[in-house]
Amino acid sequence: MADADEIADKITDEITDEITMRVARYRPDKDRDPGWQEYTVPQREEWTVLDGLNHVKNEVDTTLAYRWSCRMGICGSCGMNVDGEPKLTCATFLSDYAPGPVTVEPLANFPVIRDLVVDISDFMEKLPRVSPWIIRDEEQSVDDGEYLQTPEELDAYKQFSMCINCMLCYAACPVYGLEPEFIGPAAIALAERYDLDSRDHGARQRLDVLIEEEGVYGCTFVGECTRVCPKHVDPAAAIQRYKLKAAQESVKMFLLPRALRR
Amino acid sequence: MNDGAVVAAHDVLIVGGGLAGLRAAIAVAETDPTLDVAVVSKVYPMRSHSVSAEGGAAGVAAADDSLEEHIYDTISGSDWLGDQDAIEAFVHEAPRELLRLEHWGCPWSRQPDGHIAVRAFGGMKKKRTWYAADKTGFHMLHALFQTTLKFREVTRYDEWFVTRLLVDDGRVHGLVAVDLHTGRIQAITAKSVVLANGGCGKVFPFTTNANINTGDGMALAFRAGAPLKDMEFVQYHPTGLPFSGILITEATRAEGGWLLNKDGYRYLQDYDLGKPTPTPELRSMELGPRDRISQAFVHEEEMGRTLDTPYGAVVHLDLRHLGAELIDARLPFVRELCLKYERIDPVTDLIPVRPVVHYMMGGVHTDVNGAAGLEGLYAAGETACVSINGANRLGSNSLPECLVFGARAGRAAAEHASGATAAPHVVAAQAADEARRIEHDLLDRVPWEEDVSTIRTEMQATMEESAGIYRTGEEMTKGADRLRELQERAKRIGVRDTSRTFNTELVGALELANLLDVAECMLASGMQREESRGAHQRTDFPSRDDEKFLVHQLVTRDSDGTPRVEQLPVTITRWPPGERIYGR
Repeated sequence: MADADEIADKITDEITDEITMRVARYRPDKDRDPGWQEYTVPQREEWTVLDGLNHVKNEVDTTLAYRWSCRMGICGSCGMNVDGEPKLTCATFLSDYAPGPVTVEPLANFPVIRDLVVDISDFMEKLPRVSPWIIRDEEQSVDDGEYLQTPEELDAYKQFSMCINCMLCYAACPVYGLEPEFIGPAAIALAERYDLDSRDHGARQRLDVLIEEEGVYGCTFVGECTRVCPKHVDPAAAIQRYKLKAAQESVKMFLLPRALRR
Repeated sequence: MNDGAVVAAHDVLIVGGGLAGLRAAIAVAETDPTLDVAVVSKVYPMRSHSVSAEGGAAGVAAADDSLEEHIYDTISGSDWLGDQDAIEAFVHEAPRELLRLEHWGCPWSRQPDGHIAVRAFGGMKKKRTWYAADKTGFHMLHALFQTTLKFREVTRYDEWFVTRLLVDDGRVHGLVAVDLHTGRIQAITAKSVVLANGGCGKVFPFTTNANINTGDGMALAFRAGAPLKDMEFVQYHPTGLPFSGILITEATRAEGGWLLNKDGYRYLQDYDLGKPTPTPELRSMELGPRDRISQAFVHEEEMGRTLDTPYGAVVHLDLRHLGAELIDARLPFVRELCLKYERIDPVTDLIPVRPVVHYMMGGVHTDVNGAAGLEGLYAAGETACVSINGANRLGSNSLPECLVFGARAGRAAAEHASGATAAPHVVAAQAADEARRIEHDLLDRVPWEEDVSTIRTEMQATMEESAGIYRTGEEMTKGADRLRELQERAKRIGVRDTSRTFNTELVGALELANLLDVAECMLASGMQREESRGAHQRTDFPSRDDEKFLVHQLVTRDSDGTPRVEQLPVTITRWPPGERIYGR
């Protein structure tokens, strides 16, 4: 194994460029208003925006607060607005913002807890409302083996199962920004993920929730959610499908006697 | 609410919201729905490190496979240090747990007829690894978390950092935690506590592990007086990306990938791992066990047959012959990671890889039901050491381990809670003490003589130098002395951040204290084990010594805070110690 100091020396030698990060700061128990702080960090080809923040935290200013964990785009912790766009900072490279400065802010549309940390408890409370779990008409015992599901049946919902709950779609959604009651893109995509799962029989139950005013109808088809999604989940498609289901449902309600509606 | 106040009481508290913790929570709810269970985690559950697991989860399913073979593979993979009663229980229960997760919605990859598909994995004689493409941990965790939402009786304390277990007279009564949103230091009592807070890869500088893997559960148990077990066994995964340490799953090799040295030569054939074949052979070559493959890399490096990069020596992982179609179907995340973080495409390019710290075989000593060394305390998952992994874990055994032993620990914790009495008054005083300690020793300390990142970096460098793939007694002794110095310096750390709201500098200081304790235990245990077994390879004692060291090593905390090591017999049922044979 190469000596750690040796590696550190080599890395230092290669640092040629720098970039200024303009970072939003706010401590609710200290600051009356949010402000900005500028940090100059090395700009290396491999460095993500998160690497830049970690450099600040470790070497420059230990008080900066932000969330991160996996640094490989799968845990969903490190979403922030970078130059105004919602991004996973571990999957966004500093070099793409050269020569800088690059601004880093907390995700829009959420209350700010501190610096770059936002409060996502609204989403966490909405999540169970769409019953994001398998609902069966009849439970089958595990002793009887798996519920069969062909690769084609898996493909039908796979895309909607890729959501990492990073909240970029909520930060991008103009409707959620104006109408916080809107259940939002990720929750609707997750509802659709279970509806499309061949093992699930809960579509009706979820529709009853999403047919409400603040369910799918809030969406005005801006499509920003799909544009910013780092995992290509396409929540806008899920919302569109739900609107169609809801419309069909209201036609049924109007035309059919109660007993024949289901 | 004052700092240190007791703010809630539950029957069972689970620390950690990953696979093991959530599985334990559901097990409690199912065992006794009248019990009040809560999950305390420093991150939202779906952020837990289970989410990063890629390759798959082992459980006998195919017609040509048998429980006996999975047991034997696991025992030989463990270099005979795994407890055979625990391994038998694990192998028997794993398929059922994986099926439960299927019923709970996990999108397992399928065969054309709709049955579960299985793939090959390192050290496994049959195809038995269930997978969800190469995001298996992500899909398992999200399916399990979403299912947990159905159990309304499960309370969650998201983003609470646990700093101490409340213990009186050998019994656990709850914990103290910092609510990160408010900064309040609060106590929660419980009749049973399950530690399920993951591994400790951040002891080392170069690891696949997430930022959160700081050995919190191990340190909590150790400081409360419970023993840790087999702490010298640290797994290096053979294939991590240089610089970032991001894991490139073993499934790449299961699907047919090759490891090449700088001459384009499949070098594993020189290390008693079999002969190269065009398509993968089970328990052979690139499908050998992780310890042996990582060790082979070191020899290649010493002989100058690796390639130099600014981030250390690398070899190449070659997937080009697999083709875009297979890679996109079975290994899409690997392609995504390579494109994003290395700017190469594995369909056309070689992937630079090097061994990287990945998994901790050791952990909180438990019995087969997750019971740890204090009444009312349980542990499961990577935090725990049952031990099914012994001296070397086989890839794809850790995810089912989380489920099997998470469920077992949850059931045992529920049963214990049903019969236990409420916490005694004395724990309130302990909680107040803990609040004072955090405030006085960390938050209010001026001047700040030491800081977190400097000591953390020095600790990580020390561990890489003294507890790498190959070790010596001399290096470990030197490392242990260095860690003692760092422990002393760490006492002078002051937190510069004066805000109580989401104080991540305070979290970093508390995590560093955990890492230092875990690191000391690793070296203390490693110095005592004067043999080479599995992931613990000593150049001063190059052979396995069953006469002296076919034993676990328990580390407990002496009154002066230093680790003390004792031996514990390994449970051998039907498989006497033998030679580990791969590829022949």
